[in-house]
Amino acid sequence: MLEQIEGSRAVAETVALCRPEVVCAYPISPQTHIIEAVGVMVKEGRLAPCEFINVESEFAAMSVAIGASATGARAYTATASQGLLYMIEAVYNAAGLGLPIVMTLANRAIGAPINIWNDHSDAMAVRDSGWIQLFAETNQEAADLHVQAFRLAEELSVPVMVCMDGFILTHAVEGVDLLDQAFVDSFLPPYDLRQVLDVEQPVSIGAMVGPEAFEEVRYLAHLRQLEALDHIPAIAEEFAAMTGRHSGGLIHTYRTEDATTIVVAMGSVLGTIKDAVDIRREAGESIGVVGITSFRPFPSTQVREALRHATQVVVLEKAFSIGHGGILATDVAMALRGTDCVIREVVAGLGGRPITRQSLERLFYRVEQGELDSLLFLDLDVDVVNREVERMRSTRHSGPSAENVLRDLGEPRVGQVS
Amino acid sequence: MFQVRIHGRGGQGVVTAAEILSVAAFDEGRQAQAFPSFGSERTGAPVVSYCRIDDREIRTREPVMAPDAVIVQDVTLINQVDLFSGLSPVGYILINTSRSFEELGLADLYSRFARTHLATCPATDIALEHVGRPLPNAALLGAFAALTGEVTLDAVRKAIRDHFAGPVGERNADAASASFDVITKFTLEVARAGTN
Amino acid sequence: MSKRPIHFYQVGSFAVGNRLLSDGERTVQSDASRTNSIDSGHRACQGCGEALGARYALDAAMRATNNRVVAVNATGCLEVFSTPYPETSWRIPWLHSLFGNAPAVATGVAAALRVKGRSDVRVIGQAGDGGTVDIGFGALSGMFERNDDVLFICYDNEGYMNTGVQRSAATPPAARTATTDVVGPQPGNAFGQGKDLPRIAMAHDVAYVATATVADLHDLEAKVERAMHFRGARYLHILVPCPLGWGSDSSETIHVARLAKETGLFPVFEAEYGVVTSVSKIRRVTPVEEYLKLQRRFAHLFGKNPRPDIVTHLQEIANRNIERYGLLDEGNAHPRHARTEVEA
Repeated sequence: MLEQIEGSRAVAETVALCRPEVVCAYPISPQTHIIEAVGVMVKEGRLAPCEFINVESEFAAMSVAIGASATGARAYTATASQGLLYMIEAVYNAAGLGLPIVMTLANRAIGAPINIWNDHSDAMAVRDSGWIQLFAETNQEAADLHVQAFRLAEELSVPVMVCMDGFILTHAVEGVDLLDQAFVDSFLPPYDLRQVLDVEQPVSIGAMVGPEAFEEVRYLAHLRQLEALDHIPAIAEEFAAMTGRHSGGLIHTYRTEDATTIVVAMGSVLGTIKDAVDIRREAGESIGVVGITSFRPFPSTQVREALRHATQVVVLEKAFSIGHGGILATDVAMALRGTDCVIREVVAGLGGRPITRQSLERLFYRVEQGELDSLLFLDLDVDVVNREVERMRSTRHSGPSAENVLRDLGEPRVGQVS
Repeated sequence: MFQVRIHGRGGQGVVTAAEILSVAAFDEGRQAQAFPSFGSERTGAPVVSYCRIDDREIRTREPVMAPDAVIVQDVTLINQVDLFSGLSPVGYILINTSRSFEELGLADLYSRFARTHLATCPATDIALEHVGRPLPNAALLGAFAALTGEVTLDAVRKAIRDHFAGPVGERNADAASASFDVITKFTLEVARAGTN
Repeated sequence: MSKRPIHFYQVGSFAVGNRLLSDGERTVQSDASRTNSIDSGHRACQGCGEALGARYALDAAMRATNNRVVAVNATGCLEVFSTPYPETSWRIPWLHSLFGNAPAVATGVAAALRVKGRSDVRVIGQAGDGGTVDIGFGALSGMFERNDDVLFICYDNEGYMNTGVQRSAATPPAARTATTDVVGPQPGNAFGQGKDLPRIAMAHDVAYVATATVADLHDLEAKVERAMHFRGARYLHILVPCPLGWGSDSSETIHVARLAKETGLFPVFEAEYGVVTSVSKIRRVTPVEEYLKLQRRFAHLFGKNPRPDIVTHLQEIANRNIERYGLLDEGNAHPRHARTEVEA
């Protein structure tokens, strides 16, 4: 049923329909509304049988999920940013143990400096962990992806995280067509375990594996993720056939058929990009968009195929590898190995800085003119940067950079108080 | 697309206002998107929220840079925040105050924007009278409906009642109706004065 | 009453032979049909107190629960020597996740069992002192605070033995470890540090907290059984000497454990909801020296450059324990006091 609803609530309602059995989470902005909403439903008895555990840290959250999942319960948690890092040992552990846990990651920047706003640095921190990572473009997709995630996780025995932009999606109120229980029950069969702690058939789970077998165990995890490259589109197709909605899948393309310039991005910024692309199209530019939904496993074949006619690819991402450059751009470049395609890396939206349509239009214009360097930080205030560089050059005791920059930005404003 | 930007301070229901407005538009079969500016939200700190209304899918996620309407819930923000930045020349301004634009020192707005699109509304007083609390957001939405016609009063009343359960919802809806009447009269007078 | 009255001693030791007891009073370990939850073939050192403690505790738990136990194990000696790839010595369902999360994982297992309608299956979380007192502390406190239905067992060998004998918050003062070497004016581990986990557990007001050693099998089994009578968070702290880390002879493990109790350095007691309910009295009060001299980790206190001041300091700790818990009866200050009965 179509409802005007906050993204977090839409996700909570959908997760509830998936019949989770153990929900365990620690509060962190901007995930709080999701877990609070699920918590209320559990307490009211709506989700019985379901246990809601108020854990003392994110590390405990993922650990409780591990114990629950290994015992045969459908487990769910949610976190962001610092919380994800706090549980990172358990994140890798869950993937290594092959437990089909589903987690919502409300993407938020990682500090220091502490920042509660959206970017993708948190998801990037665990991209090698063995979790499947799916990025939602809208709240509709975010909600729908959770149903697909449980199905995918349990089919493959691989944990899945659904990434949705913190605040931008979680706290936005928009129309979402919520699924109903009957649909979810038919789409998502009961959790059928590959391994379980059972007193009637005892097993030991979590043994040490030495050099003689570790590579093989790791390779098997890789194989399972590669299998996902088939399962993800299959599940999305089945979902589309039943709902008419194209949520999920590996990638989404927009006006790429004849495009010579293609923008590649993930998450909610795709909406703004599409508006900017439409305007550039009106100005005669041959430009399109590829949205990556499945970031891990990375759909190299599909990306290469979608970009095959492009001469220029602009990868716009909300994270980067410090000292190196774009992360998504690196993955895209790998997929385009051997082609003549030129890749431009654009880093934007860090720490929640708004990515405006106007800014994108200017960017795409410059790309068309061939004016772009290979790595660009969108809307970077070069003057502010230079002032701090000068400060650091002129004295050893220049103080903390972040505070210097804030003071720098605050001075003109303070001067204007009337 | 019709874009609204709401300015106020934390604790005044600025975020709720945008949300209720979006629900009102949705109930009338439109597409709507509402979200806050996500500042460090403390009671009293400046807060901005946004609402977009359209008949097509709303894809963009940027803050509202070029609003068609600006609602100001707290006049102490004047001169502290650039409230009308990007506002279309035929855009609407709705200010929560019992004073006039001139008394607020905003007479220059008359030369920048269409006079019939500018309105003040004593929403806090109306809220106090109907709801018993100085929360002007619901009242302002009724005024907005009258000023812009972008949503109907009925839709606003329903959205308010859905958001605030029980008698609180009713009283807020009545505040919205009262403001609607105030602005309807106000714009009629301005129109009449304009034709003299 | 937490112990059964026992009426006989074997001459020359304080152990009670099971052949002198009626069937119902015999230990689980004396029963050929015991589970052997951790079976032979594991790779523990000769004389390992932890291997002993784990088997004692888990077999007792299996008896008490009609063979329905799931164990969650932290990283550590027990986990490593019990599951040498590709073998496992566990006969019960067993899960190892990480070093610091055993209490939280156990919480998850218990929650899942409840959801599945299998609350008849009981959960034991277990770890060494490192995984309990240090890196697992936050998770343990959370488990206590929520009153999750888990019995958590700490096998305390007073150091990080698996990684080469490093100091933990359970390492006693003056003990030599790889990170508290016997150099400088204060050789060995510092005084004035450390955590008393049993008392911290009691401060959470959980239903049952008890300490035990591998020297008194009846006592340990009785405590596990008692723990299984309760629901909610419970804690058992078992002293398990480590011949390697303590520098004691591998044939002396049980003797050393007994002396830890008899000196007063390791108080043995039970508590319910934050209040001590029973104490295992010292049978024959023993000066700490007798205990310390059996362990090379304390060798620097004796020999060529003895430190009687440190020994005295340790004796003071023992005396304070005796006082705090009432470990001595009136008139039990004399050594070799003959006893014919162990009171409850």
